[in-house]
Formats: sequence, structure tokens, C-alpha cells
Amino acid sequence: MECQNCHQRQATVHLTQVINGQKTEIHVCEQCAKDKGYMSYGEENFTLNDLLSGLFHTESPSTFSNKSTQPYKKSTQLKCPTCGLTYQEFARTGKFGCATCYQTFDEKLNPILRRVHSGNTTHDGKIPKREGGNLHMKRELDDYKSKLRQLIEQEEFEEAAKVRDKIKSLQSQLHEGEDGEQ
Amino acid sequence: MSLQQFMNEAISPWMKQEGPDSDIVMSSRIRLARNFSQHPFPTVASEETLEKILEFFNEEFKRQSFRDYDNFELVKMKELQPVEKRVLVEKHLISPHLAEKSDQSATLISQNEQVSVMVNEEDHIRIQLYFPGFQLDRALEQASQLDDWLEEKIDYAFDEKRGYLTACPTNVGTGMRASVMMHLPALSMTQQINRMTPAINQLGLVVRGIYGEGSEAVGNIYQISNQITLGKSEQDIVEDLHSVVKQLIDQERKARDALMNRSGIQLEDRIFRSYGVLKHSRIIESKEAAKCLSDLRLGIDLGFIDHIPKTILNELMILTQPGFLQQYAKTTLSPDERDIRRASLIRERLQLENEE
Repeated sequence: MECQNCHQRQATVHLTQVINGQKTEIHVCEQCAKDKGYMSYGEENFTLNDLLSGLFHTESPSTFSNKSTQPYKKSTQLKCPTCGLTYQEFARTGKFGCATCYQTFDEKLNPILRRVHSGNTTHDGKIPKREGGNLHMKRELDDYKSKLRQLIEQEEFEEAAKVRDKIKSLQSQLHEGEDGEQ
Repeated sequence: MSLQQFMNEAISPWMKQEGPDSDIVMSSRIRLARNFSQHPFPTVASEETLEKILEFFNEEFKRQSFRDYDNFELVKMKELQPVEKRVLVEKHLISPHLAEKSDQSATLISQNEQVSVMVNEEDHIRIQLYFPGFQLDRALEQASQLDDWLEEKIDYAFDEKRGYLTACPTNVGTGMRASVMMHLPALSMTQQINRMTPAINQLGLVVRGIYGEGSEAVGNIYQISNQITLGKSEQDIVEDLHSVVKQLIDQERKARDALMNRSGIQLEDRIFRSYGVLKHSRIIESKEAAKCLSDLRLGIDLGFIDHIPKTILNELMILTQPGFLQQYAKTTLSPDERDIRRASLIRERLQLENEE
């Protein structure tokens, strides 16, 4: 089948378009498909974006029952103070504008992140040395706390006392750090 | 330029080494997405900001080098011809997305082409590191060290709750995408891979074709990678991927044995027919070339063919793609012309090897 646009190359891209219930089939070559914007180099991004954008719009169950876009009204007013991105724009593109966006749209993020990351909403991986601040210490503290619980359950009190001391010293270090920041 | 010279450039130096389990795993890759905390992400940033970021990398990498990976070369997208960009994509040195961007986007490539740092892609920084064969742990270790080295100079966008902040919510958290490129002809022939994919997906991993999302598994080559970047540590993600890949390796080996036992002569016939096609055809489409190269690779792994080194197949896989063909021809080629060029290139290359 020849490309219906350039009539020169072979049609390798076959698309079905439905506009107002009217079905049209398009057969074009790769080059024309790119030129016409049917596909691009990173066409995977296109589909992923679409998918993501769909996710953001179904953020609350009430959206389903509502006829109008009224429920978004509050969200559209959300605007990142640093980069100026609105929630509406974010929902359309599926991309944040800057680091502050994460804080700006924070309360809306959990349902989205849960969907994308199998129910997870918080980071559990690497912590950068400088930007991570005292997070390293906090992680360590959490680890010691769970270790302490375990030791108490196993009735290993001598070992537990040592861990408790470590927790105390870590806690005081953390407090000093926070006081210093103020 | 002689063919040999061109070959030398077509294949990345790191690809010439054989890694562990290289009969099935072609390469392991770690990619880390990072951003500057004080600049808007490339998705919305102004030209001036992006230029500033690019200049920073230019200066920084000139001033200091990272361990063994010295002599990073900064390749600016705006200085490349479309066909050159395509070649970089085909070598997996840049993403298709970076190739599409131009103005203030660039990539820093280490001399052995094992490391590339993409600048101003979707995120400010995309560190990408390859190892031959199945070496995810090593790749993670090295990528993490490069990340630490960069972090000494850059204030990363990081949040206690969400981790490394990225332009797309699908990358937030670790910002890490770990992936393994596998050649799975026996699992494909026996349709087993299709049955395994849903189970793999349930573990938060994805199976895709060679060029990532949405692409077909050309030449029975699959990319297995993590989908989830939040809530799991880098080590856990790599461990999950590791155990799935290990199982796929076992299954593929079992399927190869079963095929050999049950229909060895048919398999041998298929392999030698493909070899014949590669050696003698005058016109070959990329899909057929990929299929035949896959058969030939299997033939080498199974010991049917022993005079062709596998690295040639890696080369041919890259060389027979449109960008490289056109780079080699030094002109734009129509698909028909490409099919002719492709056939002659493969013939020439296999011939060259016979003579050596």
C-alpha cells in the first residue's frame, strides 16, 4: 500500500481516527507520519503523557459523577510560586516545572504516585550527602528504633539498653542540629 | 573512510568486552535522573537558564575528570546533523527525546562510551552507564559513585518525603531506571515470553522491545526494566530485577535445550538458512535482517557456527539501522536504497570476518 500523503513511499503507519463518531483510516509512510505529527521520535513519550494526564484527571471519585469540570476549579487555582506552573497545566502535560511544584501540589500527589508506583508515596532510597540534611541520621534512628523493639520482644535487655543509649545520643544530635538551623 | 574504520566507530569500545551470561544478556544499564534544586526543570526553563546549566557542565568536566572516565566529550545537540543524532540514538548514547531537543541540550560521553551524561533532557541531568553482559550491581555501584561526584558540585533537587525530584512523576524517588537487554530467541519461538510478561509486570518490572516503551522486540531482543522508582531502595530495585533476569536466563537456556532435543535439525536448518540470507541477499529489510541476525547469534551460542565472533553481531545490529546506513553512505537514502545498502554491508562484513 502506498502512502496516501506523498504517494511515493510505502505506507507503514496505519492509524484509525474517530472524530465525532466518524471513523477514518490513515495509511502513511513513517516520514509523512512524523511530518504530520502522527508520531515522533519519542512517540513513547506521547502515549505515556496521555496516560499520565488521564490519571491526574481522575484524581477524585466525585469527578466521575460530575457533569462539568467544576471540581477542578479549586485545583486550577493552584499555582507554583517558583515557576508559575498551574495544576491544570501539570495535569495536561504530566510534567512538573520545578522542585517547588512538589510542595505546591503536594496534597494532590499521593493518589497519583500511588497509581504510578504500586501504592508507594514516599522515598526509601539513596540520600544525597549535602541536600539530604539530617535525613541520614533520621533513617539511622528509625533503624535503631525497630531494632530496639525487636530486642525487647526477644527479651535481650542488655543489648537493648545499648541500642537505647545510641538512640538517645542520636536524638540529642538531631535536636542540636535543628536548634542550630533556627 | 574504510569499512573497518567505520566499524571501529560504530561499536562502542565497552561492547567489545564480553560480560557474564553474555550468551543471553547483552548489556546492563543504570540511568539516574537528577535536577538542580534552584533552576526550573528543562520542561519550563528559559533558554538562558538552560544555557547556564550547559556551560556549568562544560566547565566542570574540563576542570576535573571522574576516575577512569576521563576525557568526557561534550556533544551539543545544536551542532549535530539529524543523521548524526540518529546514530547516537542507535548506539544508545542519547535518548530519542534528547535528539529531538536542540538548543541547549547536550551529552557528555566518556571516551569508551560507557558513560553518558545527558544535559537538559527532560531532567537537567540523566546519568547513564552501561556494562557488557549481566552486571547490574557493578553498573549501580559506578553510577552511584558518579552521582556522588556530581553531588559535590551540584545542589540536587531532593525532598525528604519524595526523594530525588524529577520532571515526570514516574521517575521521582530514586530517579533510577535499571535495565537489562536480553536476547531471548528460544522463549520467543516457543511463545513463552508472552506468557511470562504479565507475571513480570506484577513485580513492578516491564518487558519492552529494544528501543523502549511501545517498540517491538526486533530480533528477539527485550529490555527488562523497573517501572517503580518510589518506595523501594536502589538496591532492592536492582535485586528484584536481578532475580527476574536470572530466572529468564534459566528459562531461556532450558527452552534452548528443549528445542535442540526436540527439533535440533529444524533449528540447525533455520540458523543456516538465516546465515545464507545474510551472506547472499542483495536486498534486505531491517526486520528480516534483525531476525536473521538473531538466528545467527543463536547459532553461535549453540555452537553451530564457530568462526564468527559475537561482537560482529552487535556491530551489525547497530550498523544496519537507518541512521548508520546513511552516515556510512554519506547521503540520505530512501527505504529501498537502505535495504540494498544494508544487504551489501552485511555481506561485506561477514566476508571480512571470513578472511581474517
